[in-house]
Amino acid sequence: MTGADSRPPLTEGIMLTLNNIEVIYNDVILVLKGMSIQVPEGKIVGLLGSNGAGKSTTLKAISGLLKPEDGEVTDGSIEFLGETIHHKDAADIVSRGIFQVMEGRRVFEHLTAEENLIAGGYTRRDSNAHHDIEMVYHYFPRLKERRHQTAGYLSGGEQQMLAIGRALMARPKLMMLDEPSLGLAPLLVMEIFDIVKRINKEHGTTILIVEQNANLTLGVADYAYIMENGRIVLEGYPADLRENADVREFYLGLTEVGQRKSYRDVKHYKRRKRWLS
Amino acid sequence: MDLFIQLTLTGLTNGAILALAALGFVLIYKSSDVLNFAQGEFLLVGAYVTFAMLAQFGLHWTLGMALTILIAIGLGVLVERLVLRPMIGEPIISVIMVTIGLSSLLKAIVSTIWGNLPKAFPPFIPSQPVQILGATVGADRLWAIVIAMLLLGIFTFFFRRSKEGIAMRAVADDQQAALSMGISVKKIFAWAWSIAAATAAIGGVLVANIVGVSGELANFGVRVFPVVILGGLDSIPGAIIGGVIIGLLESYTGGYIGQGLNQVLPFVVLIIILMIRPYGLFGQEIIERV
Ligand SMILES: Nc1ncnc2c1ncn2[C@@H]1O[C@H](COP(=O)(O)OP(=O)(O)OP(=O)(O)O)[C@@H](O)[C@H]1O
Ligand SMILES: [Mg+2]
Repeated sequence: MTGADSRPPLTEGIMLTLNNIEVIYNDVILVLKGMSIQVPEGKIVGLLGSNGAGKSTTLKAISGLLKPEDGEVTDGSIEFLGETIHHKDAADIVSRGIFQVMEGRRVFEHLTAEENLIAGGYTRRDSNAHHDIEMVYHYFPRLKERRHQTAGYLSGGEQQMLAIGRALMARPKLMMLDEPSLGLAPLLVMEIFDIVKRINKEHGTTILIVEQNANLTLGVADYAYIMENGRIVLEGYPADLRENADVREFYLGLTEVGQRKSYRDVKHYKRRKRWLS
Repeated sequence: MDLFIQLTLTGLTNGAILALAALGFVLIYKSSDVLNFAQGEFLLVGAYVTFAMLAQFGLHWTLGMALTILIAIGLGVLVERLVLRPMIGEPIISVIMVTIGLSSLLKAIVSTIWGNLPKAFPPFIPSQPVQILGATVGADRLWAIVIAMLLLGIFTFFFRRSKEGIAMRAVADDQQAALSMGISVKKIFAWAWSIAAATAAIGGVLVANIVGVSGELANFGVRVFPVVILGGLDSIPGAIIGGVIIGLLESYTGGYIGQGLNQVLPFVVLIIILMIRPYGLFGQEIIERV
């Protein structure tokens, strides 16, 4: 595992550390095979990788959501703010300040937008929740207009906003977003990434963002990891990763002359063996 | 006209109590996808425990009721822990068989302890005849309507406004997503079973107060099926409105058309509803959007 260039990796003020973790589903399917990342406090960290690389599994391992899927961390450790958390249950992890916005938005379809937000603030024990609903509406004015609508009938973009708003309600220290761009129009994706960036700046919320959209992610992230087949194959600062030939070719869809390849060409490369030394 | 009012009040009494029993059924189904065939026996247990507290131990009714509700909550939690939690992930038919088994078990326990003979219920709810718009009804029926409606109102408010109530509905929608916001699904299941057992127990007391304590009370519970099929298996307002509709229909049929037919009618309604609107009047349609 090597950095993209000579700068030392981001290591000061580490909030979350995944130390060589191994995850197995159904007692037999080995999905994470020695996965290690570090997330520094107050930063935005990107985790890139293609379908099936194990990105969602990584997030679920952190947030304690593997159990309902019969998955288990069988080796390595996960540390959050100096404490080992990989044997804690999901409710405990949320109350420690980690909140995962799951892939595919997963809004509560039959609840109204506002009820979804209240559910997001479930672990809060203080009485500022009402104030925070307004804070969410401040970031997502569109949700305010739709506050009494059934969430299942909101548009995909509004649902993604709601999913992020729900996370904001918990006032997490670490917010993990699983493919927030999934199925959204490019303009909307930009809007959502902008807001994520604002949340990071204005609340100091640390963000771990899982994406297939490398270009956008490298645009907002302070540091990024690229994973393949259950482990990290490359990490570095976005500027450096952008210069990396493999990243340019496989993730940014750029050839060496700088032309954009069609998506079809990019997808053609299924195996990226060069990274797996 | 007198007859109409008489029948309406009778129907409302039965309907409100049915709604109370159906509420618990819906709650359990909504949050954990379990069809609880033992819901009727929860009524039975509630009535007999109250009977024991008041008639056998001579407690004041306030204390007796409070203890009954506590015991019902305990029973609900116990059933969830010991009987249903181990069944998570098993085929739906196995879970149904387990609740049917549970219903026989509860019935057997009750008849072992208290025998099979009907008993008079200690009259702690006033039952003197009351004149309303020319009709004469027992005050106990009016009390039953008031108490049931009050409880239904409280629970409706609970599900709409309180954080725990909203969390229960969230679990019903998407368990894993609920888990991801720190909602303990186990705790919610325990809540659902406790509320179901407690409201059914109160329902049981209200019926027993009118008709006496006997094994027949469990049959009253069987009528929650037409109610929830009519209202929608997963709809809380549906349980309430379904209960009232079935209660009234039974009462009008019995009064105007003939006794006997009213026993069959709810099930006729059940079959018709299953044919034309299988998710019930207020049941959630699956939201499908891309
Ligand atoms: N519950 C499960 N049981 C068994 N295998 C699973 C389970 N969930 C995921 N997997 C397997 O683990 C691997 C990684 O899945 P994961 O969802 O973590 O990938 P991902 O990187 O998030 O992919 P995508 O970009 O498609 O979301 C896949 O091969 C998948 O089939
Ligand atoms: Mg994924």
